[in-house]
Amino acid sequence: MSTDYTLAELAIVAASEIFRDETPEVFATLIGTLPKLAGYVARETFLPGMMMSDGIYYLAAEPVPVGPRGDYPIKKEGRIGYERVFTVIAKGNRHAFVGPVQVDKYGQMNLSCIGDYAAPKVTMLGVRGLPGNTVNNRTSMFFASHNKRALVADEVDMVSGAGYNPARYPNGTYPRGLDHRQIITNLCVLDFEGPDHAIRVRSLHPGVSFEEVQDNTGFELVRPDDIPQTAAPTQVQLDIISKWDPKNLRSYIFKDNPAGVRAS
Amino acid sequence: MSQAVLDKRMSAADIVGQLQDGMTLGIGGWGARQKPMALIREIVKSDLKDLTIVSYGGCDVGMLASARKIKKLVFSFVSLDAIPLEAHFRRARSAGEFEVMEIDEGMFQLGLKAAAQNLDFLPCIAGLGTDVMTYNPHIKTIKSPYSEDHYVAMPAIKLDVALCHVSEADQRGNSWIGGPDMFFDEWFCRAADKAYLTCERLVETSAFNDDHKILRMPIERNLVAGVAEVPFGAHPTSCGPYYGFDVAHLKAYSATAKEGWEGYVSEFVEVDDYVKSVGGADHIRSLPLPAF
Repeated sequence: MSTDYTLAELAIVAASEIFRDETPEVFATLIGTLPKLAGYVARETFLPGMMMSDGIYYLAAEPVPVGPRGDYPIKKEGRIGYERVFTVIAKGNRHAFVGPVQVDKYGQMNLSCIGDYAAPKVTMLGVRGLPGNTVNNRTSMFFASHNKRALVADEVDMVSGAGYNPARYPNGTYPRGLDHRQIITNLCVLDFEGPDHAIRVRSLHPGVSFEEVQDNTGFELVRPDDIPQTAAPTQVQLDIISKWDPKNLRSYIFKDNPAGVRAS
Repeated sequence: MSQAVLDKRMSAADIVGQLQDGMTLGIGGWGARQKPMALIREIVKSDLKDLTIVSYGGCDVGMLASARKIKKLVFSFVSLDAIPLEAHFRRARSAGEFEVMEIDEGMFQLGLKAAAQNLDFLPCIAGLGTDVMTYNPHIKTIKSPYSEDHYVAMPAIKLDVALCHVSEADQRGNSWIGGPDMFFDEWFCRAADKAYLTCERLVETSAFNDDHKILRMPIERNLVAGVAEVPFGAHPTSCGPYYGFDVAHLKAYSATAKEGWEGYVSEFVEVDDYVKSVGGADHIRSLPLPAF
């Protein structure tokens, strides 16, 4: 184990584990620097069959370096235009790793707006594909800043992505494809393996306590008897990360790019 | 027997002259890609009002919003891709300037496909469990006649007119999309009573006697009522393979959302030579294609 790593590298490697139980040729949708690098680590260590897009139109035969790629020629292995994406989503063999603005205790996500729906205080992107993703595909989330504005009390302002809230479904039954996996933050890894899919602390990043996580979360977290520390990256994993992030964009994932182990 | 009009050439202004107040317009492309921006600029200049705009939205929506043309917006997102949030849309949406029908991206295309097939709806499960259903109470769920499953019955999104920008077209309305993703232009055209195209280049029909090109010709000519040749007609959005989106222009455009965009309109919309106003043909041709 290396001891010289950043929080970003720790979180990337922790996030790569969301794909540990995936199907051998899952189509992974990786939006943002951390999800992409996490997917790349998974692909190059334990999931060589993972499929991914170039973010525009093509299925990429190998990862595409993060950031402006300039003249870098992507290696194509097929096409995955938007119309096909929606067909793939509905079929189901996909894992979407997304960065919503809010999440609640049900795993419901918001990407639309905050405040009064008719004239929102803050207008964001819109629901995008979150409604379809969340009832058809495995879903994991990333929050760069773990706080009560992001992990909110009650329900998110506009439920854009579905979650484990039986009151919102016909007959109270969850769609077969609803399958939330993990939430990666700057403090910890959460999963949905508490009672009735309640959100549970899966691991704590080095130097972070359960109390600190709970104090920064708007809903009650399930606390297992023993909470492991998030595993440190190996040199092999760190090498994969720097290979696909030659411009060190990962240093911008978290404010001030902190070290992986907090100074005590 | 009526005689087909097989010379459908017209100007961008002629196309917009066919539109009427209160119409429902579908706009092709996606975000900051392959948008019929020359037609959007003509609408901004026109007296048209109370439009329902159906779009995978980019600066088409932002400009129509700041020009106060929108009565209702049917959308999944509005984004400039390289600039994730569309400033003009955000301002207008937060001010409550228009009604919205906000739906999942997959529901959106099913709505167009239902309209294209003269169906009332197509079923899906996207939307279940979300506020898409809360804020769109006209969208119903149905029980499957074959199992205990419940589906969203996504209603047809019928369009009066579809507006799209393609790479090449002939005077009959045949067209070729040269960019990698053809997006949903086909389905906008099929969902509409009439479709109008702008194109980078007007070509002879013989240009389409080409097995490779034919793979990227999703819109048959009897869907198309008019064609206008407008080189660089998608700028400041991208039009692969010819040019990428103009990030510097989009940034400057975005900055006008707060203090008022009259200056933008006089500098880039109410102009005789748009291409010259934004830096010329060589500048647009040099814009790199999108990459993320």
